[in-house]
Amino acid sequence: MAILELEQVHKSFGTTHVLSDVSLSVEPGELVAIVGFSGAGKSTLMALLSGLSKPDQGRVLFKGKPVEGPSPERGVVFQNYSLLPWLSAFENVELAVREVFSKDSRNAQRERVARYLEMVGLTYAKERRPAELSGGMRQRVALARALAIEPEVLLMDEPLSALDALTRATLQDEIERIARVSGKTILLVTNDVDEAILLADRIVPLSAGPEATLGAPTPVEIARPRDRRAMNHDPHFRKIRASITDYLLETQRVRRARSAANRRVAAESALPVESPA
Amino acid sequence: MNSFTREKLEKRIGLLVLPLIGGAIVVALWAVASSTVATSLPSPSRTWEASRLYVMEPFEKRGELDQGILRFTWYSLTRVAKGYVIAILLGTPLGFLLGMSNFFRASFDPIVQILRPVSPLAWLPLGFVLFHKPEPAGTFTIAMCSMWPTVLNTALGVRSVPQDYLNVAKVLKLSKLKTLVKVMVPAAMPYMFTGFRLSLGIAWLVIVAAEMLTGAPGVGGFLWQEYNSLIYEHIILCILTIGIVGFVLDRMMGLVEKRLRTG
Repeated sequence: MAILELEQVHKSFGTTHVLSDVSLSVEPGELVAIVGFSGAGKSTLMALLSGLSKPDQGRVLFKGKPVEGPSPERGVVFQNYSLLPWLSAFENVELAVREVFSKDSRNAQRERVARYLEMVGLTYAKERRPAELSGGMRQRVALARALAIEPEVLLMDEPLSALDALTRATLQDEIERIARVSGKTILLVTNDVDEAILLADRIVPLSAGPEATLGAPTPVEIARPRDRRAMNHDPHFRKIRASITDYLLETQRVRRARSAANRRVAAESALPVESPA
Repeated sequence: MNSFTREKLEKRIGLLVLPLIGGAIVVALWAVASSTVATSLPSPSRTWEASRLYVMEPFEKRGELDQGILRFTWYSLTRVAKGYVIAILLGTPLGFLLGMSNFFRASFDPIVQILRPVSPLAWLPLGFVLFHKPEPAGTFTIAMCSMWPTVLNTALGVRSVPQDYLNVAKVLKLSKLKTLVKVMVPAAMPYMFTGFRLSLGIAWLVIVAAEMLTGAPGVGGFLWQEYNSLIYEHIILCILTIGIVGFVLDRMMGLVEKRLRTG
């Protein structure tokens, strides 16, 4: 049974229809990547899945039940890290752990925080505040915080898009490893097709907005662990990349043509009608 | 390296020397004015002569109306502290309510805006009516006047809490109280402290008026009493004391505020 489902979801802000007829089904233990242009509605989609916002139409289901609101069962790694700046790395993770594992002893809670900070390789920086951490380190803290509450599903909203290429590659490997070891269900939103292919079991493209919708899923059948350099020569990798990139560009072309046509219609109807002399 | 430290040294000298030059110019102008156009204004030297005892023995108590200037300052400060603490205790929660609830803001913001510009001279008689005694009337006045910057800045701080932080709280399902204590208060803290700082400035501003009208012993009371006794030199002494104390208070709050910002 699917752990997370979207059923014909629509979402608008004011008069802008951001998402239109979006359906998705994620199996337990699966790593699904949603790839789309910036501004296509990826974060909106994430907010719906986490429960931070509600769909105008359609349903969001978690383990078969409608999502009523946000919950630690669906951990979120936010795009801009969202660490609390007045707390140290340790305390940021601890805040989450103390809330979710409130029945554990303080020692057990602290031990858990330490374990997850170690998992992301930040034990040496645990006393530092976010302002004293680099972008990559902040994202690691955010990742540790999301993992430490042991969510059933991990939602990652462009977790690496603000990072430089090298840090990005390192963290991609880290997410890969964590996904493999923990067997968690992960939904990754990204604008990087290569990143999606490197990490995901299945890639779902999000068409260009407005009225963005999900395209046909593409399974990635490349054995793990995947080697970034070797992959570039893999014909299957090239095929997936070409098909997803083509799909995204095509949807963008169609959108642009349509909005240009709309503008033309609007301009024509606005012309003054000349009465025959 | 060498030029860097030299630059720094020059900057530091500038910071120390230039204010002294500015002060000297003002004292010179004051001396000239008191001997030419404003002859009723005590000259700097006469002011110093008359104030010497009060400054050199700042904590001496020679009589109820004749005490060292810092002793008077201490009376004023304790009075300010009482009103200020009440202002903070009332103003902070009020600010949180205004910041968190649109309903509350729509209902009470106009009242706050109307009460905010009311002068201490207007609140004091109401304080007398309510409390019948000068001391609580003064405290009431200080509280009523100095509360508003705390209220408004706290409300602004609460409204400025980034949605991201609140989303974190929502995903963790923090209770309302925990969200308030663990997320909103720390996030709004820098704004709150700006409010506390401005409130303290106003509380100190109000004390003079309150003491003048209540005749309570303190810097303001001393100022008024010496005016009535025709010892004008002491008016200047009091003005300088009030200014310096206000400046020091503001700097102290500024230091705390700075720490919170970087923290």
